Amino acid sequence: MKKQTCTLLAGLIATAFLSAPASAQQKVKIGFITTLSGPQGVIGNDMRNSVEMALDHLGRKIGGLDVEIIYGDDQVKPDVGKQVAEEMLKKHQVHFVSGIIWSNVMLAVAPTVTGAGTFMIGTNAGPNQLAGDQCNELFFSTSWQNDQTPEAMGKYMQDAGLQDVYVMAPNYAAGKDMVTGFKRYFKGRIVDEVYTRLGQTDYQAELSQLRSKNPKAVFVFLPGGMGIQFLKQYSEAGLRGQFPLYSVYTVDELSIPAVKHAALGQLETRYWSQDLKNEANVKFVGDYKKKHGRPPSFYGAQSYDGMMLIDSAVRAVKGNLSDKKGMTAAMRKADFKSTRGKFTYNNNHFPIQNFYLLKTVAGAAPGSDPVMEIQKAVFTNHKDSYGKDCKMKW
Amino acid sequence: MNYILIAEQTLNGLQLGVMLFLLAAGLTLVFGIMNLVNLAHGALYMVGAYLTTWFYQATGSYLLAVVLGLAGTLAVGIVTELVALRTLYERDHLDQVLATFGLILIFNELIAIVWGRAALYSTIPDYLSGHVQLTDSLRYPLYRLVIIGVGLAVAVLLWFTVSRTRIGMLIRAGASNRAMVAALGVNIRLLYTIVFGVGAALAGLAGLLSGPIYAVQPGMGELILIQVFVVIVIGGIGSIRGAFAGALIVGMVDTMGRAFLKPTLATVLSPTAAETAGPALASMLIYLLMAAVLAFRPEGLFPSRGS
Repeated sequence: MKKQTCTLLAGLIATAFLSAPASAQQKVKIGFITTLSGPQGVIGNDMRNSVEMALDHLGRKIGGLDVEIIYGDDQVKPDVGKQVAEEMLKKHQVHFVSGIIWSNVMLAVAPTVTGAGTFMIGTNAGPNQLAGDQCNELFFSTSWQNDQTPEAMGKYMQDAGLQDVYVMAPNYAAGKDMVTGFKRYFKGRIVDEVYTRLGQTDYQAELSQLRSKNPKAVFVFLPGGMGIQFLKQYSEAGLRGQFPLYSVYTVDELSIPAVKHAALGQLETRYWSQDLKNEANVKFVGDYKKKHGRPPSFYGAQSYDGMMLIDSAVRAVKGNLSDKKGMTAAMRKADFKSTRGKFTYNNNHFPIQNFYLLKTVAGAAPGSDPVMEIQKAVFTNHKDSYGKDCKMKW
Repeated sequence: MNYILIAEQTLNGLQLGVMLFLLAAGLTLVFGIMNLVNLAHGALYMVGAYLTTWFYQATGSYLLAVVLGLAGTLAVGIVTELVALRTLYERDHLDQVLATFGLILIFNELIAIVWGRAALYSTIPDYLSGHVQLTDSLRYPLYRLVIIGVGLAVAVLLWFTVSRTRIGMLIRAGASNRAMVAALGVNIRLLYTIVFGVGAALAGLAGLLSGPIYAVQPGMGELILIQVFVVIVIGGIGSIRGAFAGALIVGMVDTMGRAFLKPTLATVLSPTAAETAGPALASMLIYLLMAAVLAFRPEGLFPSRGS
């Protein structure tokens, strides 16, 4: 009996002891989901490096609190992404879930996270559903709505008065969306609209067709490995000098080392570039190059911004992580130093931001990889076109 | 439709066909002779591409890189056979599928550890780039012609070896009745190792040829392996002739489908219907063909005469 009481007392004391400091030094827990395995793991790796860089710049604190970051691998599969998110919510009790490269994974993960009353900070995928009727107080994006980038390219090509454009994209949801976004602003003649197999490796048959149509310009959306093969084959088939190539998400800092000269002259539109001269970006790009020996990609810049956005929210509520309304209100102000420069949020929590035309040019040092440089702004403060379907007002 | 375009697309189909043949030849030999389902064949294709790219960067000589890349893939193939696959010959196909799937994962991760997950830069020497003027209005990339030439040469060489030489006779005998061949005093294990090594080297050859035009990245083998399985099912499992015919058929059908299906459909259907059905049907075409072959000639078009 006596022994039991003793144990009980000891237990009580221990609990009191343990719980007191825990509330005094609350930790921010962030779950970051991206793709870390397989060929696409190269993107996830860049995002993780950039998250770490953001935490370094914040002195390993978020809003003044200690931070614990848990990385999860979605393997490019919606069901795996959802599972990883559930584990983060239940087991790790995270306050924020962030990351997500793929729109289909995002559509599975975002409702799970916001449904559990937790913040979802998307740092890449921007499917139209989340910008439209499925918009949510707890969801924020530090990237873009999918349509915005091709819209910018459509606008540029429209303004340039280009006609007879040959359009090519993989035959899946995002491929069709990109072409839809492009055509929202490009009203000129389209010679042909070709949809290729997702994950196709050889484009010679399409290139022969393309040459026979003799277009004035070519617009493509071929992300990841598809872009690498397409660019190599385009250049090898001698089409580079013949038909100017315009693209979205086809050339980036991650694929340039694999294609090098085959990307020279390529025009892309994007909301960010490593040569943007604002304070946050100069610091991010400079430190990233110093640490990893290569430039970061836009995936990285978005993820860096994601951490900065979370930091601004936690700072605004003075570390009171249960004040969700306060944090939503703080994030709506986008009150942090973004790598893209100052931007504001649309009513659906997608950025209203500038879009630039980038050109791939030879690197400064002899023998170095080509780099992408800003040519001009195509859109200033460009809003996505789904905000009107979102019922959120603030 | 203009004839130049048709001629060009025929060359494209031929080129894709011989590329598939190089992969299918090894796969079908290994399956036909050793009765082994080797899902890791694509991994050897990847190894060939990586080794050649790496040797080319290190030595600066393309020919030397090709030789070293082939030798390297042959060595990797033989070691894989000795270490992992030897124990699987007597097991059933499910075990083989599981084990060789495991090998895919191991190879992909090993490559990612050694060379990283990002795609590697691989290029061709200047003397192989550029175009050849075939007729007045038909220019074709030299490198693609080289691929066609190498593929056809390998096909002839394989045909000669299998049907006209002593080792080829043993290979054919081994395919028909391995117990009898072993009983006649032939070292069947050694024969298997050689066949597997040659199959690996052929996959490596396909890999090194495709390096400069495809993305050299972990998992590159699996993208093409599915088409290769279609090839050997259509051609008839275990037969080199079948693999050659199947590869050319698949290469042609796939290329022509991608090039001409949509415009052809547009003449009978409404443009929007053709727009939707064209690309979808074009990517299904080779699988439809495979289904048809399985329905009418389950043995394939040119079944091996052995079994």
